Amino acid sequence: MLIDASTIGLVEVEEGTKILPPNVIITSLDKIVNWSRLSSLWPATFGLACCAIEMMAVGAAHYDFDRFGVIFRGSPRQSDCLIVAGTVTKKMAPVVRRVYDQIPEPRYVIAMGSCACTGGVFRTYNTVQGCDTFLPVDVYVPGCPPRPETLLEGVMKLQEKMRKERARWSPWR
Amino acid sequence: MAVVEVRLSLPQKGMEPAQIAERIKEKFPSEVVDVKDFAGQVSVILKRNRIVEICRYLHDEEDLLFHHLKDLCGVDYKGKKEVRFEVVYNLYSIKHRHMIRLRAEVPEEDPKINSVTSIWSGADWHERECFDMFGIIFNGHYDLRRILMPEDWEGYPLRKDYPLKGPEPENEWPGLVEVIERSKALREFEWEG
Repeated sequence: MLIDASTIGLVEVEEGTKILPPNVIITSLDKIVNWSRLSSLWPATFGLACCAIEMMAVGAAHYDFDRFGVIFRGSPRQSDCLIVAGTVTKKMAPVVRRVYDQIPEPRYVIAMGSCACTGGVFRTYNTVQGCDTFLPVDVYVPGCPPRPETLLEGVMKLQEKMRKERARWSPWR
Repeated sequence: MAVVEVRLSLPQKGMEPAQIAERIKEKFPSEVVDVKDFAGQVSVILKRNRIVEICRYLHDEEDLLFHHLKDLCGVDYKGKKEVRFEVVYNLYSIKHRHMIRLRAEVPEEDPKINSVTSIWSGADWHERECFDMFGIIFNGHYDLRRILMPEDWEGYPLRKDYPLKGPEPENEWPGLVEVIERSKALREFEWEG
């Protein structure tokens, strides 16, 4: 079907995105790259304690992380973000940091659960008081452990953040 | 099916714990300090010097046969008892299905006791944990290193006089200090949004 562009014109479907029927989209590069990045957010899982069980539940069929394009990767080098799920002990801190260091930029960190956020109830000799002491955390997901919905919300918050970013993915950042 | 037959052919439960305590008392009268009975569980409190000999006897004797060391752990009785530490052995006989608890007293000034790894090799990691947490040295253990804490950790965390919240910030474990410093140094290379 032939559509006369002069009669329909550009249609603004949302702020910053215009469509010229049938198949021309005019938008900013940021918007389209960010959209693709946030729609395939692959986390490196770092299950350290009971939060890992809840994280697995989110990945499984009932809550289904794949709906958001979130697919768990076994290797930090194929990942976009790190989900720190559980208590970080002092002995484990260098290992968590090493995993984070191996993730290619741009990278994000989700601190899942009270322990990863603040140390939780473990104000003890062997627990790091929040993984933000040595990692730049983007999203804090509270709860002990957080319900699967809470982690989903955390990921959506991270996606919101990514959507607003300007050229973080590029050399002109 | 075979498994069921074996279960049925097992003899009934072996000796009462009080009886076992009596046996130890008879064999090593000078070593037994006290016998305590609480909720049907009998503990034999021992001096530490001949602990390996006592365990060997309990392990080998035909009607005792304690082949299984259920658990080995340390206790700190600081301020509650004269002798500060105790090493607790929970023994079980798979054949006779009876059990007993031994508690060996270890003084603070000289926290040493002989290792029972020659009798139960499973005691290996338990003794390492006990050393790691309480600083009790097991003579004759072939590989007495820390098992839970980092190897360069200072102090023994489960001792009652160890600070609950861990070392002060200025005495922090060097490994963690290094990670925090490295993370600060690497911050300038992070991609900003």
